[in-house]
Amino acid sequence: MSRHALPLFDRALLGPALTSTFRKLDPRIQFRNPVMFVVYIGSLLTTGLWLQALGGHGEASAGFIGAITVWLWFTVLFANFAEALAEGRSRAQAASLRNAKKAVMVKKLREPHYGSPWTLIDADDLRKGDVVEVLAKEVIPCDGEVIEGAATVDESAITGESAPVIRESGGDFCSVTGGTTVMSDWIVVRCTADPGDSFLDRMIALVEGAKRRKTPNEIALTILLIALTAILLMATVTLLPYSIYAVNTAGVGHPVTITVLVALLVCLIPTTIGALLSAIGIAGMSRMLGANVVATSGRAVEAAGDIDVLLLDKTGTITLGNRQASTFIPASGVDEVELADAAQLASLADETPEGRSIVVLAKQRFSLRERDLESLRATFIPFSAQTRMSGVDLPGHDIRKGAADAIRRWIEAGGERWSDATTAAVNTVARRGSTPLVVAENVQGRPRVLGVVELKDVVKDGIKERFAQLRSMGIYTVMITGDNSLTAAAIAAEAGVDDYQAEATPETKLALIRKYQAEGRLVAMTGDGTNDAPALAQADVAVAMNSGTQAAREAGNMVDLDSNPTKLIEVVEVGKQMLMTRGSLTTFSIANDVAKYFAIIPAMFMTTYPQLAALNVMHLGSPESAILSAVIFNALIIVALIPLALKGVKFRALPAAVLLRKNLLVYGLGGIILPFIGIKAIDLVLNGLHLV
Amino acid sequence: MTLEFWALLVALLVGLGLAIKPLGLYMAAIAEGRLPRALLRFETRLFRLAGVDSSQEMGWGAYARALLLFNFLGVLAVYALQRLQGWLPLDPQQFGAVGPRSAFNTAISFVTNTNWQGYAGESTMGNLVQMAGLAVQNFLSAATGIAVAFALIRGFARRSTATIGNFWVDVGRITTYVLLPISFVIALVMVSQGVPQTFQPDQTVGLIAPVSYSIPKTDAQGSPLQDAKGAPVMMTSQATTQTLPMGPVASQEAIKELGTNGGGFYNANSAHPYENPNALTNYLEIFTLLLISAALTYTFGRMVGDTRQGWALLAAMALMFVVAAGAEAHFEQQGNPLLTRQHVTQQATALQSGGNMEGKETRFGIAGSAIFTVAATGTSTGAVNSMFDSNMPLGGMVPMVLMQLGEVAPGGVGTGLYGMLMVALMAVFIGGLMIGRTPEYLGKKIESYQMKMVAIGLLISPLLVLLGTAIAAVVPAGLAGLANPGAHGFSEMLYAYTSASNNNGSAFAGLSANTPFYNLTLGLVMWFGRFVSIVAALAIAGSMASKKRLAVSSGTMPTHGALFVSLLIGTVLLIAGLTFLPALALGPIVEHLTLWGAR
Repeated sequence: MSRHALPLFDRALLGPALTSTFRKLDPRIQFRNPVMFVVYIGSLLTTGLWLQALGGHGEASAGFIGAITVWLWFTVLFANFAEALAEGRSRAQAASLRNAKKAVMVKKLREPHYGSPWTLIDADDLRKGDVVEVLAKEVIPCDGEVIEGAATVDESAITGESAPVIRESGGDFCSVTGGTTVMSDWIVVRCTADPGDSFLDRMIALVEGAKRRKTPNEIALTILLIALTAILLMATVTLLPYSIYAVNTAGVGHPVTITVLVALLVCLIPTTIGALLSAIGIAGMSRMLGANVVATSGRAVEAAGDIDVLLLDKTGTITLGNRQASTFIPASGVDEVELADAAQLASLADETPEGRSIVVLAKQRFSLRERDLESLRATFIPFSAQTRMSGVDLPGHDIRKGAADAIRRWIEAGGERWSDATTAAVNTVARRGSTPLVVAENVQGRPRVLGVVELKDVVKDGIKERFAQLRSMGIYTVMITGDNSLTAAAIAAEAGVDDYQAEATPETKLALIRKYQAEGRLVAMTGDGTNDAPALAQADVAVAMNSGTQAAREAGNMVDLDSNPTKLIEVVEVGKQMLMTRGSLTTFSIANDVAKYFAIIPAMFMTTYPQLAALNVMHLGSPESAILSAVIFNALIIVALIPLALKGVKFRALPAAVLLRKNLLVYGLGGIILPFIGIKAIDLVLNGLHLV
Repeated sequence: MTLEFWALLVALLVGLGLAIKPLGLYMAAIAEGRLPRALLRFETRLFRLAGVDSSQEMGWGAYARALLLFNFLGVLAVYALQRLQGWLPLDPQQFGAVGPRSAFNTAISFVTNTNWQGYAGESTMGNLVQMAGLAVQNFLSAATGIAVAFALIRGFARRSTATIGNFWVDVGRITTYVLLPISFVIALVMVSQGVPQTFQPDQTVGLIAPVSYSIPKTDAQGSPLQDAKGAPVMMTSQATTQTLPMGPVASQEAIKELGTNGGGFYNANSAHPYENPNALTNYLEIFTLLLISAALTYTFGRMVGDTRQGWALLAAMALMFVVAAGAEAHFEQQGNPLLTRQHVTQQATALQSGGNMEGKETRFGIAGSAIFTVAATGTSTGAVNSMFDSNMPLGGMVPMVLMQLGEVAPGGVGTGLYGMLMVALMAVFIGGLMIGRTPEYLGKKIESYQMKMVAIGLLISPLLVLLGTAIAAVVPAGLAGLANPGAHGFSEMLYAYTSASNNNGSAFAGLSANTPFYNLTLGLVMWFGRFVSIVAALAIAGSMASKKRLAVSSGTMPTHGALFVSLLIGTVLLIAGLTFLPALALGPIVEHLTLWGAR
């Protein structure tokens, strides 16, 4: 899935990330992340207190305040670093895309047709609606639509796929992408985007984070984090009057210092998730791009995790796409070899995949070799829309293959009766989800049916297991096909989809999506043709094939550069993984507070209420080392979790209840226990080295 | 724990278990307006007389405005009744007008269902104020809470609609069809057990022997005087006669419990033999306290079309309740280690309930007091049948924590349900993310708007508690009211603001709260603690009603079953723990450690 996988801490990325880490200390940037902004302000405050202590008027020893201050700044820097690293990795991915964008001169046509007079202008000056002519070996300067001509185009700069594709005017293959190269022939292209707004530009902007806006779920989570921060701020600030009261009434000790209050606050507020939140979002987009899917917004990636109905095209997604001959079913009184021989003869000149597969099957089953049609004085009869048959005419011996009704007409035109046995054979094949192809011959004006060739739709390997996984995740799969109901049902059963829509048209697709949405389900689909556009626009997550038309790409909210319809499944996984990572780290972050309370509360009131030492369950060395250990743990855990934030929580296709239990155990319970161990360990080191 | 404790607890749970479904179904019918046609016709005419079109539903904004207006008028009415008491009838003891600040505090207190009492009922309020002012608000504040719960349930149950019900209709129906009939029956039972229901003036009777006692000396403002060491100055007094305060007690007692109000007719509240004469009335009062809050969970499950959802909420509430009751009984039954050192027997025997009996009534013992305490503080009822100030430190912490949990175990009438639903939204938000989906509850997606309202609704009370206590802990006016110095004094202040902000109303006692400072600050805390979260709940109701309901699949996070129940409890504990652990450490926890460490 991750073709663009980068090592987590690539050396080339570390340098720029470190620079960016410090550049992000700008308060205007810090302000965007409310949780970390509180840490930032706290660090400034303790820095001031430290300076005061250096001057000899400190509320505590300069060494202690200094140590706390340093680690608070580290907390801020670690958060910056996480974000910078995520951005750096995305930028590296974008850079490979950017290479495709070169300054080129283009031929802008005055009239929108081939051969019109042209002027040479800079590609950056092109505007939407301009018409350009692109010849072989030239780079297509803008996203657009082919209005004249046909050409092979190398799209490897965008898709990474080296085989050139055909782009031609009219139909479903008329859309071209800026940055791709014409290999042969010529095309006239009408630009459909202004410079800076092309597909490629948008993609780069999105990846670089320049246009990255917070997604709805990120905003909701941020609100939760702000609320928690606010209440913990209040809980910490009010400790000052409480401690003043306690000191006054107990008559011993001194009130808590501002330094300790800031340290407590920073430990309690959800800094772990606050620091990693934007890195998780960027990494999610990166992972999508790694799967060669470009999302037009982070919102789309998020929505992908919520999908509960997947509409999948049969051809190419569920089946391999080409029907292949699998069995010869001879009519009564006909030998199987005889049928194979006739079928092979009729298919020798047939270049369609179905035709080739008949020749291959005949060779496999009966070692029938290919023969030279010319030496047999045979004439090939190609398939035509009128006859709906193809075949071969030998001297005095005609052979035809085709759909049952077409062959029936041919037989009955020859004055023979169509047998019920043939109808039965045809139906049996159809019920199996295969396509029956009837083979008949006409020897000296006496036509007869030789038998039926079963053309099987081959279901992809492993697809059934994939659907079972999806089902356990609560995702309902629907197969969409133009086949008749009988065939569709058989393939649906073989592939293990939950439902199917046979004889589908763009209208039925749209209606189907609306029906599911009315039931309160979120629907994802893939599409490529212009006639898919309405359905794509209606679907909640719509992945357009890059090979598809401009209309389809505009209607979708993601574009799959590989044009691989199975990608939808990966898209759902990436979406889920991103949300899971956020949720798990939030839980972890909050669960950590338990241990921090146990470390700091006894320490901070030690002078007034030594009895509270009973709460020092970790037996930390001294009040100072306890507070410092908690702060250090809080900072280090951010660094420790950067890999998890960037790679994402491991995704497992499990039912929600099981997944929740697992993650609660790991991140909830783990989040409670781990800091007890971590803080104790840091405290041992601090005291062992006499650092406090 | 004693057999008595288990027997009472089991009897309580069984009684409630039997009542929940029928009452829940009945309330669902009322919330959905499924009434006999004749009654509907009659009711429509009555509403029309009041200028209310009962068929017209309201959006959440209109609902909230009507609710606020209604409650504001309630404050004015109760304030006016108290201030004009001298000119009004039914004041046989001639108490005269109540002071402005106390009247302000009491008016807000009863309208917000807090029923914090800075005054002593038998020496301040005549029968008219008790009945037309306080008892009426006991009904209306309870009806307001239930109405908000109805509105929020409708928000979850409906789809793609703009309205959440009609406030006037809701309050009218809840008062008339739910609160009045049940109160009526309970009041009659109370009367049968000896609770007064009379307009007779107070009776003065001679004592068999004169009694001397000491009381704290107070200044002109009513704050206790303190000597140089901060200890209260006491003076001796002698009595030869006793006044038996009379009044329409039973009718107020019933709604006091049923509406989780808690404002006692007498200062001693349910510890007073006329309010709570025996073990049977004690059981009945505890049962009534919990009745509607528990049954509303069934109403909820029924109305959203999946009773398992309601049972899950109830299970979380019940679990917290039972654990708290066990803890309370345990800490009190343990007794006082200082007394143990003096060789005082605190063991439970056939003749005594043992444990820490200071501030408790012998007719209730440890079990009857502990379970009452937990039921009252778990339901935002200010009623008490023992004095918490005399509890052991942790025995005093349990009721405090129950309130700090946000009153959800099981919470006040209506407030408990909408409080728990807000907790559920927060739990589902975090849990939902962990399974990789945009969080949803009952098929409704939780987005930033709902999160904002949940945050406001859940955090307003803790904010007010922390802030109020912080101010009281440093200003002289706040410190002046303390009866005890040290950590215990801190607990008294913390308790007062916790109780006011969560609209519980019970007092730790010890704190002299009838001072300008406490009357004013606690009054404000009660008002904002109640109505900010109500408006937030209604905003959630409105936004939820307008959403469509998503289908449930195996990819949906289940919101019933043991896992969700523990997630709910975890979220409740988390919010309260994060907020209050430091404050509790400085109050009851350090007091406990000092007491037991001194051994």
